[in-house]
Parts: sequence; C-alpha cells; structure tokens
Amino acid sequence: MSDTPLLDQLESGPWPSFVKDLKRVAARKPAAKDLLKQLDRSYKDKITHWKHGGIVGVLGYGSGIIGRYSDLPDEFPGVEHFHTIRVNQPSGWFYTTQALRDLCDIWDRHGSSILNVHGSTGDMIFLGTTTDELEPTFAELTAKGWDLGGSGSAMRTPSCCVGKARCEYSCYDTMDFCYEMTQEFQFDMHRPSFPYKFKIKCSGCPNDCVAAVARADLSVIGVWKDDIRIDQAAVAAYHAGEIKPRGGGSPYAKLDVKADVTDLCPTACMSFDGKKLAIDNKNCNHCMHCISLMPQALRVGTDTGATLLLGSHAPILEGAQMSWVIVPFTEMEPPYDNIKELIANIHEWWSENGKNRERVGELMLRLGMRNFFKSVGLEPPSQTVRTPRANPFFFWHAEDFEAEAAGRKYIKI
Amino acid sequence: MALSKEELVEFIYDMVLKAQGKKQLKAMDLQKAVLKAHPDQDKTMVKFAIKELIDTGRCVYTYFGGSFVEIPHEEGAAKH
Repeated sequence: MSDTPLLDQLESGPWPSFVKDLKRVAARKPAAKDLLKQLDRSYKDKITHWKHGGIVGVLGYGSGIIGRYSDLPDEFPGVEHFHTIRVNQPSGWFYTTQALRDLCDIWDRHGSSILNVHGSTGDMIFLGTTTDELEPTFAELTAKGWDLGGSGSAMRTPSCCVGKARCEYSCYDTMDFCYEMTQEFQFDMHRPSFPYKFKIKCSGCPNDCVAAVARADLSVIGVWKDDIRIDQAAVAAYHAGEIKPRGGGSPYAKLDVKADVTDLCPTACMSFDGKKLAIDNKNCNHCMHCISLMPQALRVGTDTGATLLLGSHAPILEGAQMSWVIVPFTEMEPPYDNIKELIANIHEWWSENGKNRERVGELMLRLGMRNFFKSVGLEPPSQTVRTPRANPFFFWHAEDFEAEAAGRKYIKI
Repeated sequence: MALSKEELVEFIYDMVLKAQGKKQLKAMDLQKAVLKAHPDQDKTMVKFAIKELIDTGRCVYTYFGGSFVEIPHEEGAAKH
C-alpha cells in the first residue's frame, strides 16, 4: 500500500498536482518524501504536525529564517528540521536565467530543493532545510549578491509591480522606489525592533497589481493630478470595433463605449455622445476602469506622483482593513527623502505607542487619526476623511476654542 | 546621565539576562527601559548596542509570535 493514500487522490484530477511534483523531488531528496508522509498524516489527523518559530537564524540577523520543526520527528526524520529561508527578491521580480540557476543550485546543495516563487511578501522562499545548513546557505547566497528578506516583528521586504519597466500606466518608477526603501531600511529589516510586521508595497497606478491597498501597512500607489489624456480617434475606433477592448485581453470583441465605459464610471464623470468622449476630470476618482478598457484611447495624465496610504492588515477577529489615505499626492523624485522621513516618523510613533503584535493600522484606529497626524507631523487633508458627511459628531478640544478666540476658524494640527 | 557604549551594552545584557525565563523582551522594551533609566540616552545608540550583543552572539533574536531578544539557549522545539 502507498505511504500517502490520501495525497495520491490529489494526483487523480485533471489539474496539475503538487503531489506529483513533490514525488519527483522525493526520488532524490529524503526530506521531500517525509514531507509528503507527514502531510498525509495531517490529513488523517486533521491537525498540523508543524511547530513554528524558535531561535534559529544566521549570525547577526533576526529575520529571514523561519524555524519549522516536525512534532513527529521519530516518524518523519527527514523533516525533523524544515526551516524556511526568505531571499530578498529583486524589484519587480526580474531575474536572469543565470540568477535563477544560481539560486536553484544553492538550494539543491543545502536544502530540500522545494521553492515557493514567490511568497506573499514577495521574497523567494526556500522551503525546508536543517539548522546546520542555514549558515552555509546564507554564505553562498551572499557570495552571489543575494540577501535575506524580512520576517518577524520587522520591516518586511518591500515589493513592487513591474512599473515603468513594462507598464505604460506606471505613474512613478516603482522599481527604483522599492530598491531605495529596501536599502534605506536594511537595519530594520534584518533586526526586528517593531511591535509587529511592517510592509511596504508599491504599485505604479491605481490598478494596484501588487494589491498594496489590501496587503501593505504602507501602500504607495501611483496616481496623476491632471487630466486623463484622450485620443478621440482611438475612442471612435474602439466604438466601431476596430480595436479590441483591454488590449485584446477581454473575451468581448467589441466595446460599447457608453454601456461598458461611461455608464460604469463610478463617479459618473464621463459622457459619450456616439462621437466624442468627455471627462469631467475634477470628479474622476482615478479608478482606472476606462483606461484599462481602452488603453489605446485613454492614458493617465502627465503630472504624476503617488498616493500614500497606511494601515491595511487582516486580523482574524476584526476582519480585513484596507489602507487609509494619509498623503493624497506626493511627487516621487529620488532620493525620496520626504517619504523616508515620513516612514521613520511613523515607525517612531508606532514603536512608542504600539502594543506587542499591534499593526500600525490597528494603532491608528485605536488612537485616532488626529493623534496620528499630530505625531508624525502631517497636515490632515480632506481626502483622509473616510466617510465624508457621515459623522454628526465633532469633538472640540480646548485648543479649538483658543484658536477661535485668536481669530482662526480651525486649529492647525 | 547617558551611558557610554560599553556601559550601555552591559546594561542591556543585564536586563536580558535577568528577564531570561521570566519575560521575553522585545528590542523596543529594552529601548524604553534604557530611556526610563537614562532619559538623555541616544536612541540610536540603543539600537547599535543591541546589534553588538547579537553580532557577538551574546544575545539572539527569537520568534515566538513576535521577535524577542534573549540569551542563547537550547531550542525547545528541536529534537536533540
């Protein structure tokens, strides 16, 4: 009888099976064989047999290695230690074939050969090695110019979309910004000193291909301030079915500009009379729906930068929270000193006030936006009001009355 | 009065040593304790003092639902 009867069933479907792949690896790596056997055992017992955490790492670093042990080491000795190594990915996940060969060779020599390309933080994940192999793996990685990524209560490896390297929507150079932030916060990435994790994700436009708004403590999303550029001849070509919608990436051959584009505009700021497309740009909320449908007719503006948002996370009990606008628009010019300073201020405020395992977004909700803006030295612009005109209460502070007496309508926060 | 670099390293090491087995301390806990005892201490020096303790192997980072600074000890989760 097979050692893994339950897993074997997963090979029977028409879809690609990770079991098949792992069995192939198991032919040369005993760890992969025990990995399969332990997983099958978990399916039977309906409980994980992994223990997580501990003190493993490489000298000088508190991040990048995630300890993992089997709680059944006598039954599955191949996965007695099965630690994870996070390798800091290049911006935009661009690798040369030689770089990939180097990484695979290192992992073949020192680990299970099993990779996760890529983890949700963006790192390349090496899955499964023993404590003894950690330092040799790290030495070989650094010799080839690689470094470990973030883990634990630290700055996590910043990640970004492909940006200007491959995308005409990109409103700033995401890869450059991501690289700059990675270099700037090296200390905080390798030496955990925060209340909990802190993630930076950088998207070049509001399409948000790295889902920064939902997954990053600090979401940096490209945006434009001026008008959407319109090529009326191309709009007519879309309307006539001469150009396929979404650059051909749609099942529909022909676009009905009114029904598919203007009528679906969330702020109803567009109109189309059959010949000419008009956009009331002041009321555009930059959702990108129209631009994504007609990329040859519409382009983002030329006065570009980014919106900074803070606080997304997904706690189990309270449910997911999206990032909240803290800076509606900022220029994105290297070396990004204003943003580096802001991030440092946010870290300071969070470290000073945050509880253990409290994300910065949770702290922002607990202490309030007023406290946040005062503490990090930001002006509170109107775009930060999450639900405008929905709250009938306003809490006056003593300073407000003093400001009014001094002739100012509102205090300067 | 602010501590010298060497004094600061030993001050932090003593805190970690005394807490061992009783309370797990995060880097920020250490910084707050240093600043409470020595309000004029430079925060950056605290970070680098912890770095020195880690780099010399006198302390290690651990992860138990959060990252802590501890005295090196036998890995409880591993089979020996």
